[in-house]
Amino acid sequence: MRGADAIVKALEMEGVKHIFGIPGGAIIEVYDALFDSGIKHILTRHEQAAVHAADGYARATGRVGVAFATSGPGATNTVTGIATAYMDSSPVVVMTGQVARALIGNDAFQEADITGITMPVTKHNYLVTDESEIPRIVREAFHIAGTGRPGPVLIDLPKDVTTAEIEFDYPEKVNLPGYKPKYSGHPRQIKRAAELIMKAERPVILAGGGVILSNASEELTKLAESIPAYVATSLMGKGAISETHPLSLGFVGMHGAKYANYAVQESDLIIAVGIRFSDRTTGRVSDFAPDARIIQIDIDPAEIGKNVGVEIPIVGDAKLILGELIRHINYRRRKEWEERIEGWKRDYPLRFRDDGGLKPQYIIQKIWETQPDAIVTTEVGQNQMWAAQYFKVKRPRQFITSGGLGTMGFGFPAAMGVKTAFPEKQVVDIAGDGSFLMNIQELATCVDFGINVRVMVLNNMFLGMVRQWQELFYDERYSATCLKCKEMSFEKIAEGFGAVGMTVEKPSEVEDALKEAFEIDAPVVIDFRVDRLENVYPMVPAGAALHEIIDEEV
Amino acid sequence: MRHTIAALVEDKPGVLARVAGLFRRRGFNIESLAVGVTEKEGISRMTIVVSGDDRTIEQVTKQLNKLIDVVKVSDVSANSVDRELALIKVSASPQNRAEIIEIANIFRARIVDVARDSMIIEVTGDEDKIGAFIDLMRQYGIKEVARTGKIAMQRGARSLE
Repeated sequence: MRGADAIVKALEMEGVKHIFGIPGGAIIEVYDALFDSGIKHILTRHEQAAVHAADGYARATGRVGVAFATSGPGATNTVTGIATAYMDSSPVVVMTGQVARALIGNDAFQEADITGITMPVTKHNYLVTDESEIPRIVREAFHIAGTGRPGPVLIDLPKDVTTAEIEFDYPEKVNLPGYKPKYSGHPRQIKRAAELIMKAERPVILAGGGVILSNASEELTKLAESIPAYVATSLMGKGAISETHPLSLGFVGMHGAKYANYAVQESDLIIAVGIRFSDRTTGRVSDFAPDARIIQIDIDPAEIGKNVGVEIPIVGDAKLILGELIRHINYRRRKEWEERIEGWKRDYPLRFRDDGGLKPQYIIQKIWETQPDAIVTTEVGQNQMWAAQYFKVKRPRQFITSGGLGTMGFGFPAAMGVKTAFPEKQVVDIAGDGSFLMNIQELATCVDFGINVRVMVLNNMFLGMVRQWQELFYDERYSATCLKCKEMSFEKIAEGFGAVGMTVEKPSEVEDALKEAFEIDAPVVIDFRVDRLENVYPMVPAGAALHEIIDEEV
Repeated sequence: MRHTIAALVEDKPGVLARVAGLFRRRGFNIESLAVGVTEKEGISRMTIVVSGDDRTIEQVTKQLNKLIDVVKVSDVSANSVDRELALIKVSASPQNRAEIIEIANIFRARIVDVARDSMIIEVTGDEDKIGAFIDLMRQYGIKEVARTGKIAMQRGARSLE
């Protein structure tokens, strides 16, 4: 068979059901082979969106997402998508076309050195130089993407590799001497951790995206209940424990609730699970949780002690380690600590000013009340932080956001990927006007394929988060943040694409609009004309410690 | 503090770019890098001299280990033998040639090429020895120097695998 047929066959062997992508000259042979396959291809309108969709698909299902692009500009368009997946450890395989082997290095038409370009943002990548290696490479790529600490893998396919004839022999096992992830935690370290936990008077569990990736939320919740200890998460860890659970503190960090930040700062023990202590989570790192001893559980040894000093490291899979750890824990309530945290929760709840204007926070509350089980994706900026604050996530893989790279334009195509995986579920992209515009062309894809996602545009006609920083730290010098598009109507744009558009200007209209939107059998965009100057609070200014958190007068 | 890291890597296209790119991206500073094949087919050995505090070196080692093509990483700074080789082309007139040869002999260096007014000397040893030898050659006029970068191996029966 042709190399191209071998690629499609290998994808079938890996259980791939959906591919997101755009064809082109260098990958045309693979698309020809795909034409006869049962794998469904979703033709996106931009390659970046194809990778975000594959990424969203992967985050929602836990399976490897797949994207295709052609050589040159097709390949370079995937880079932001790949970097987004890399920063959030999402398992994605991207296949790109490449010019024929004899032309590589000659600056041929639509040639780009995509393996060189993506080296720093992939877990691994391949340039296929021998067609007989196709089955082995595809097998390895899926293995590497989906195991250990997951991440994106790129395979670059020269055109003549896809046209060459090969014998198809799919390897059962992978042989990668340099890749052996460690799954079970060291028993003595686990015992030491348990001893430290039982001695602690003010323990807090800090859960990150690793808990979601490891499917360990059940174990994590059990651990929290059996100590008992409160749980704060990173943005990526939302859903590690239900945010309606009495022990949940929601997320911590720059825009976390005051009580979450205070609890972490005042703790004497942090049990960190699958979290990498990013600057957005820790605040000024030298003043992070000054009294706390730290237990860190992570599958990636390089994350241990990278940003903060750790007393007990445990390398391995969170699910296995937590399952083991629970067995060594005795239940003991710490009344004094509980009372302090409950006091903070009472005194410093999340809140916003109710002055009759259309508040973005109110809209998100209403989305949550209307569809608490919806899978939510977000864009990046104020919309993302409000969504994180006010959408109470109940289960893992329900909240999908670009945490590490902070990619505006991620949420909408990611929602497409999620909806493709779960057509029966409500999928909502909480967006800002700036972010939505960065991948708005995907409305065409949604209409074309009947991918009925709901885009909630919190439209303040600003690049809101940057504007907020300019207001607070740059003397209200609004340099290049006003989008000045009062005349632009997302309702009409949606209609132009063949989707359904709505405009909401008053708080009293929100509930009805949402109810209607969730029943429409088409992609829906709601243009919420929100209070333009609303800010995200509370807030830890960049470079401040977590307890130096500021709030607004309500 | 300088450390010598030895890494066994799969001999695949791009592996050097992956290692070099990792150092650049994470802000680690390579002082020298030497690569060669090993006794095992398909496996090369890289010896990397890098400076940094203990935390940096720990990160270097761990990040290198994460590369799929890197099979084994070890810090071979302590209790090891290390060598470097240098070729030095030095100006040599009939008058001072004997003097240069005498110094070379003291350093157990070898004359590998002689021309009318220059010669090439090959010297092996640790960094200090090579540095000292090059310093001594300066007075005659060094035309060119090529150094391999350091390679190192730990003493005793244990091997990197």
